Amino acid sequence: MGRLFDFMLPENKSPLTADPTDGLFHFINEASLVLFLGVVLAMIYFAIRYKRKSEDDKTPVITHNNTLEITWSVIPLLITFVVFGWGYSGWLNLKTVPDDAYEIHVTGFKWNWSVNYENGAQTINEIHVPKGTPIKLVMQSRDVLHSFFVPEYRVKHDVLPNRYTYVWFQAEEAGESQVFCTEYCGTSHSNMLAKVIVHEPEDFKTWLDENRGGPSGSPIEQGEKLVSLQGCQTCHSVDGSDLIGPSFKGIWGRDRNLADGSSVTVDENYIRESILYPGEKIAEGYQNVMTPYEGRISDEEITNIIEYLKTID
Amino acid sequence: MANASTSASSAASTPMKLKVKQFQPAQTPTNTYLTDEKGVWAWLTTVDHKKIGLMYLGSVAFFFALAGFLAIALRTELWTPAKTFIEADTYNQLFTLHGAMMVFFVLVPSIPAALGNFILPMQLGAKDVAFPRLNLASFYIYVFGAIFTFLSLANNGFDTGWTFYTPYSSDTNSAGIIWVTLGVFILGFSSILTGTNFITTIHKLRAPGISWERLPLNVWALYATSIIQVLATPVLAITILLLAMENILDIGIFDPALGGDPVLYQHFFWFYSHPAVYIMIVPGFGIISEVITTFSKKTIFGYWAIALSSLAIAFIGFLVWGHHMFTSGQSAVATTIFSFLTFLVGIPTGIKIFNWVATLYRGSISMKTPMLYVFIFIFLFSIGGFTGIMLGALSVDIHLHDTYYVVAHFHYVMMGGTLIALLAGLHYWWPKMTGKMYNEPLAKIAAGFIFIGFNVTFLPQFIMGAQGMPRRYYNYIDQFTPFHQTSTIGSYILALGFLIILYYLAHSLFKGKKAGPNPWNSRGLEWQSTSPPDFHNFSHTPVVIHGPYDYHQPMEEFQLGLAVEHGHGEEHLAADTTGSKAAEATIA
Repeated sequence: MGRLFDFMLPENKSPLTADPTDGLFHFINEASLVLFLGVVLAMIYFAIRYKRKSEDDKTPVITHNNTLEITWSVIPLLITFVVFGWGYSGWLNLKTVPDDAYEIHVTGFKWNWSVNYENGAQTINEIHVPKGTPIKLVMQSRDVLHSFFVPEYRVKHDVLPNRYTYVWFQAEEAGESQVFCTEYCGTSHSNMLAKVIVHEPEDFKTWLDENRGGPSGSPIEQGEKLVSLQGCQTCHSVDGSDLIGPSFKGIWGRDRNLADGSSVTVDENYIRESILYPGEKIAEGYQNVMTPYEGRISDEEITNIIEYLKTID
Repeated sequence: MANASTSASSAASTPMKLKVKQFQPAQTPTNTYLTDEKGVWAWLTTVDHKKIGLMYLGSVAFFFALAGFLAIALRTELWTPAKTFIEADTYNQLFTLHGAMMVFFVLVPSIPAALGNFILPMQLGAKDVAFPRLNLASFYIYVFGAIFTFLSLANNGFDTGWTFYTPYSSDTNSAGIIWVTLGVFILGFSSILTGTNFITTIHKLRAPGISWERLPLNVWALYATSIIQVLATPVLAITILLLAMENILDIGIFDPALGGDPVLYQHFFWFYSHPAVYIMIVPGFGIISEVITTFSKKTIFGYWAIALSSLAIAFIGFLVWGHHMFTSGQSAVATTIFSFLTFLVGIPTGIKIFNWVATLYRGSISMKTPMLYVFIFIFLFSIGGFTGIMLGALSVDIHLHDTYYVVAHFHYVMMGGTLIALLAGLHYWWPKMTGKMYNEPLAKIAAGFIFIGFNVTFLPQFIMGAQGMPRRYYNYIDQFTPFHQTSTIGSYILALGFLIILYYLAHSLFKGKKAGPNPWNSRGLEWQSTSPPDFHNFSHTPVVIHGPYDYHQPMEEFQLGLAVEHGHGEEHLAADTTGSKAAEATIA
């Protein structure tokens, strides 16, 4: 059914979460339009009808009108009660995750979304979900506040460093939906994007099995995968282009100038330190904005990353 | 007996009879506040509320131009989805600075400290505010606050957004954040002192005859605003101190890494910053009431409804801060209650709009520039209000929170509301402040540019926000390009409107026609003085024997009593009461 303000909203791809919101959105817009036109047209009509004819115009003394004033106080009050109740019930629906929801863990950090699945599969900036199943995302942040927003599902929640928050949705068709970070988080806030990728249920099963977690492959291959999954490439390119941090290309064994004027050779210990305590040695020309990985990455993983970095030149 | 609370209380038992004389302000004053003391030093050390008001007005205009210039830079950057001409970090600093300057240096002091300082004592028939020297101190505290903010720019700046959310603001390595929060901390005292000064002035310095039911609605609005300023601003100061303790001493309050809680910060911050929204808008309501009665030549419809709704807004406004935090992780019970109370605060605001429109009914309406701005105000502010209802609705807010929809909403309220009301007030009182008229046709053209430019800038933001465009984005995805480009074009039109205003106001200062004491035939007390006013506002303490909106009486019958020669107070009033043969009036 077409509504007057349909053009304002994005496609609705999760009717279970979006329908109550959309219904209320349209109701408020339409009711507001009627009231707004009433006020503006009355104002313009009065301005024309009662245009000043001379400086000696006499005007009546109308100080108040109880009936009128009570009417225009009570009617809007009743309308807002409806809006409150409607909004409240829609919000309860967004807060009430169906019991059979499929859980996926999402971690936000500057400036990526890392996603973990039940069997150890891991993705970065892609959330793979089956169609027609309620999905619960259990979310946390590794650094500052972020906020997880999917316009096409009408869901949003802040992602905090000291507690879990969640959203749920149920996508009804296969395809992709855009994810935004909506809580300002620094330099690349506007690049902290992700996609929800909706599969047919059987395709999702296949995808999940193929991406079963756990280490596999040579140290170099594992290192390459880690660099991708940890989101390193958001700030560090592997092709030499200059992003927020220095590129990985061709750094191994070279000297690097630091912000304090000294220099250091890029070796195993420098890389290890830069991953765990990035604030210790800042490369010249760059800001100290990287999140420390202390406690978030194992020694073996660091070694694998180092092996991979050696190969980029 | 010159102070009205005494006369009101004694009048409560036996109505006091006063002999009063009519008087007419001089058409061409020989000695005004502008000619009384001259030179830069006299201005900088003046305790005259009118000069202080003008100094605030100049500072506010300066910061508005600066922050407006930043807005143009931001809009220009957003012409393309990727980089247009500035880097991401610069962009983030600029939008932070734009927001912080507009809120703390423009919107909060704009109407109360600039126009309010000038007009409030005149509307009360007082010589000055209650504490003139404190008033000057408030101005310098404001200047110091501004200096600290600029110092922060010299210390790496800050890019946290004007909200300074933790832990981002406590993690940041920039020293700028300390300087700017210190600046805001200092600024807060300016606001508190001005509020205190106004409350005292309104209670103690009303001229004989100005009872509470004859108080101009502008004064009621400033009164409500001052109460919020005095009660809410200290919480901002406390929050900033806590933030500084965390940043400097590493005491965990808001930062989870130190054992604090970031949601707590948001509660503290919005506990001030939501009432602050009403500090910004309520004085605007006062101006609208003054202008709409003058230019409809009609008594205000629903005086008490308008006066008391300002106080209701001030009160309920303290209880809705949590509506900024529906997605933050605050408790479900809190969220529900905050949503409910948010709708309640909308009602008194709606009532005011209906009252203003009803005032027009059977009036004698003259569409001079100030009135044109009132119409623009009602148009834009209504949109701001309706979209506020949208954002108060829980489920819909989840979708719209932190998108451009919110950006558009608060620009409709703050710019479409407060700044348009400021323009209405500025054009209304300009002849009083300067003694000069401005170019009326040019002023209407500028208003047209501003109205069109504003809507072209911000209407598309409602659409792209509802479509999902998040705020504070340097880059954006391609689908939003047409909306952003329309918005950018609108911002240029808007800027042009302001340049026209700058031109004709400057022209008016030097070459404007003489205004005369009361060019609009207003019944307001401030118009019964010369233009520009005498150093002490009125050459005699006025006795008010009419309400401020008694437009049903022809101008020649509308009289203002004169009780005493200026500056002598009680004894002379008493002497005059018995001695003069002038008309008799009852002060109820």
